[in-house]
Amino acid sequence: MIPSQFKYVSAQSIEEAISMLQEANGEGKILAGGHSLVPLLKFRITTPGTLVDITRIPGLKEVRVEDGRLIVGALKTHFEISRNETIIENIPSLAKTASETGDLQVRNYGTIGGNIVHGDPVADYPAIALALDAELKVEGEDGTEMMPVDGFALGPLITMMPENALVTEVSFEIPPEHVAQTYLKYTHPATGYPLVGVAAIAGTDSGGAIDYIRIGITGVSDVSYRARPVEEHLMGKKPSKALIEEAAALATEGAEMGSDLFASPEYRAHITNVYVRRALHEVLK
Amino acid sequence: MEKMVGQRIKRKEDPKLITGNGVYLDDIKIPGLLHASILRSPHPHAKIVSIDKEKALAHPGVVAVYTGKDLEGKINPVPTSWKVPGMNLIETKQYPLAIDTARYVGDGVAMVIAESKYTARDAVEMIEVEYEVLPSVANQKEARKEGAHQIYEEVPDNVAFKYVAGEVTDEDLENAEVLIKGTYNTQRVAPSPMETRNSLAQYNPGSGDLKLYVGSQNPHIHRMVLSEVLNFPEHKFHVKVADMGGGFGGKIGVYPDEALVSYAAMDLKRPVKWVETRNEHFQSANAGRDMMVDLELAGTKDGKITALRAVNHANIGAYLATFGPGNPTIDFGLMLSGPYKIEKAQCTTYGMYTNTMSVDSYRGAGKPEVTFMLERAVEDFARKINMDPVEVRRINFASKEEFPFTNAQGLIYDSGDYVKALDKAVENAGYQELREKQKELRAQGRYIGIGLSSYVELSGFGPSAVAGGIGFQGGIWENSTVRVHPGGTVTVYTGTSPHGQGHDTTFSQIVKDKLGIPYEDINFVFNDTRAVSMGWGTYGSRSLAVGGNAVALATDKVVEKGRLLAAHLLEADVESIDFSEGIYSVRGEAGRRKTFKEIAKAANFAWNMPEGMEPGLEEKTFFDPSNFTYPFGTHIAVVEVDVETGGIKILRYIAVDDSGKIVNPTVAEGQILGGIAQGVGQALWEGVQYDEKGQLQSGSFMDYTMPKANFFPKIEMEFTETLSPVNQLGTKGVAESGTTGSIAAAANAVMDALAPLGVISIELPLKPEKVWKAIQKGGAKS
Repeated sequence: MIPSQFKYVSAQSIEEAISMLQEANGEGKILAGGHSLVPLLKFRITTPGTLVDITRIPGLKEVRVEDGRLIVGALKTHFEISRNETIIENIPSLAKTASETGDLQVRNYGTIGGNIVHGDPVADYPAIALALDAELKVEGEDGTEMMPVDGFALGPLITMMPENALVTEVSFEIPPEHVAQTYLKYTHPATGYPLVGVAAIAGTDSGGAIDYIRIGITGVSDVSYRARPVEEHLMGKKPSKALIEEAAALATEGAEMGSDLFASPEYRAHITNVYVRRALHEVLK
Repeated sequence: MEKMVGQRIKRKEDPKLITGNGVYLDDIKIPGLLHASILRSPHPHAKIVSIDKEKALAHPGVVAVYTGKDLEGKINPVPTSWKVPGMNLIETKQYPLAIDTARYVGDGVAMVIAESKYTARDAVEMIEVEYEVLPSVANQKEARKEGAHQIYEEVPDNVAFKYVAGEVTDEDLENAEVLIKGTYNTQRVAPSPMETRNSLAQYNPGSGDLKLYVGSQNPHIHRMVLSEVLNFPEHKFHVKVADMGGGFGGKIGVYPDEALVSYAAMDLKRPVKWVETRNEHFQSANAGRDMMVDLELAGTKDGKITALRAVNHANIGAYLATFGPGNPTIDFGLMLSGPYKIEKAQCTTYGMYTNTMSVDSYRGAGKPEVTFMLERAVEDFARKINMDPVEVRRINFASKEEFPFTNAQGLIYDSGDYVKALDKAVENAGYQELREKQKELRAQGRYIGIGLSSYVELSGFGPSAVAGGIGFQGGIWENSTVRVHPGGTVTVYTGTSPHGQGHDTTFSQIVKDKLGIPYEDINFVFNDTRAVSMGWGTYGSRSLAVGGNAVALATDKVVEKGRLLAAHLLEADVESIDFSEGIYSVRGEAGRRKTFKEIAKAANFAWNMPEGMEPGLEEKTFFDPSNFTYPFGTHIAVVEVDVETGGIKILRYIAVDDSGKIVNPTVAEGQILGGIAQGVGQALWEGVQYDEKGQLQSGSFMDYTMPKANFFPKIEMEFTETLSPVNQLGTKGVAESGTTGSIAAAANAVMDALAPLGVISIELPLKPEKVWKAIQKGGAKS
């Protein structure tokens, strides 16, 4: 790696990290697992003046349940998330997402906070984060605020993240006990990212009608999204092959499909429909 | 004692490398070391109007900035080293830095030398170049069309060379019962070794010696060619290769970058290092394949193939690479008929200049391409005449009684038993049951495909007279010196250049069997032009077949000299001295004996030598084999296609290869396994992509799909052993067979799966989207 020159500092507390970012005069970047940042440094797509290492800040690896929500510390690695009992018990599809993110080395270093705050539309977590109304706890010079993941990313690597702030926690809605959930991923063979990743969580009431349905989609477009037209089409109805087929066909509504050497927009849209359909069959068996 | 040749010995090389004790080029630190970074053209074709290097020169830490104009007259163009007689080659000049015109994305335009690699890279971005963009062309067939932009004034229609091998007339084809016409292209791929290219040059102004560490598969060829490029004599030029992380053909070539670094080190009188970045590798390391082949195959309804006629448009890039002209014409063109007894075959090759990076050898270098073409066509033929593809192969194979067998274009295959390998593969696969299972699953809407590929390839490059005949600018013999130290341990020097192949292990097995000394007492020295007198390197699956046999012959000479000395010391006739398990003894008198260790000491001390015998125990051979060797085999791939997504899953992969005598099955399997990953990689995933103008689109591993271990099932491998008669050990090449056999096997399996859907052909790589679209189209047709 031959990045441009930068200064490296290591913060011992959230407050110190914020003041280090302030000192960097808008040229600062947070370094956590580095798996999103370092490739950008390597390609000189980003040329920060200062890297603020937050991995030594204590307390950012906690996992707890609070007021019906699961709260995960921003520095929790993908590997840790994939094996955490509280997470597996409450949101198994989050653990599944983590276990399918990158490869073993990436999972050992990459963090959930870094992954989401990066705003990369091909990351894995946004699918489940959008599906479960995740919020980011953002601590910065203007105090602490909770920012919904839905609407956080505006475009590839462009986010609502305020200056001189860092994400310290990610919280997820815990779905009711009767639901089934999955994360279905079509892995891009070059990058290992999802060409499409579908988080699907669904449940039916005692009469067999769908009473809980959440679909998050990542990978295929500029911004990961919640497939609300699919959810609306299914809600309150009894699942059938035909219904699922109809609903899945709505999976790309309103989303603009991306393109690269591996897959055209047309193929992405097709695969998204197929994977949403397959995911729905899995959770609405 | 059991012979070591043939045993699964663990690799000697591994403890060092896996404990982090290897020394790669980038690990080498020398006081005063400077770092180079090269500014490369972002345009496929552009006139260099002006270069302003002032800002870069003024940047703190920058020591020098060179442009093409600065070096004019100081470094010669980098030549090609393969000029086939009769090809009418038009050789253009590749200057180490473009002087007035850049001809591909990645063409060197300027070089910065600085105190650190970071500074060098920063300064590269400060060089201001004014370009005038010129028309350009990337596709070789487009390049030959009327009205295509001509890249060089002196090269009409961009045809660098045209070469015709063999003869097939129109009547041969028109009168055939069955005629298959098809296009069988192998796309461009990037060699992508784990360690990229690199060089480190150090000049001693006192002695006038130049030492160059370089990522090379053939340091002596590097010395020879760079000596011309730099006008620097070979005897003052020391070329070394550090531990090296792979080559796959991409490090055969002599590149401008190595000349530049050497020049800068001499000019600045300080050591200079350059390490290619991965992005640079995609731009400016020789690519592989990129052959567009139109084939006509004539045959009879009962399965006999009667004639082959191919036209190969080979993209050779903007400049001729070191072996560039040889791969499509010789390795491809003369192997057209593969393992089959086909009366007539003709290959016309057009070597096409385009505004792309040069194309050179990549694992197999012509043989995977021709095997892909032939084996895809054989299965198309089988489908057309409704015959099992196994049967078609059986009908057409050269039979084992016919060896040495002369193929349609005059190459003489040393030995072979093609039916044996085919039968074994069919048996290991459970072919009949697979066919039944396939039928069963098709009824359930699942699409399983079974693909075969039988191959033979020329490997083990030698003899040198043939090299001369085909215009290879060098010899292809191999050299070895076996030096016995006074304590009885042995150092062996060879001219082959291992960089992952495990020569240290396999060659030691050969020496151990001959000398009977402990395996640990044998050490190898390679990759150093001052230690090894001469050698031609590692490529073309030649190291064991040529180099390993040179080691065997030199070791035999040591044994014989030892025998003479033992006879003298034991006061016995030479004819009565047996040598076994490291002991010379008088036949029938076990008590009268000398150990090899004792003889080593006696020879080195020379207190009591026979009349006329020189002191020391060190022997040397130059081995020039009488022919190439021709390994062969059959591969079978079983895949399932998800017809809804076009996704391909490899269910099984069965390989039966015959590489003559196998010295170490573990090492040989490693070669086959890696080769299969690269061949299947070509079939399904890999591909360098330029747009029509020559702008590189696959500039990183984000866009270039490297196969990963989890893409594959366990590969089922077995060897048959048909010895080669052209060398002492009976060995053949093994390193390229996996690749040569596997591209067609994988592609045929996919085509077999899709045949019921009316899909006839899909261009490589078989990306899911292409497969999906072909199914849509094919389905609509039926």
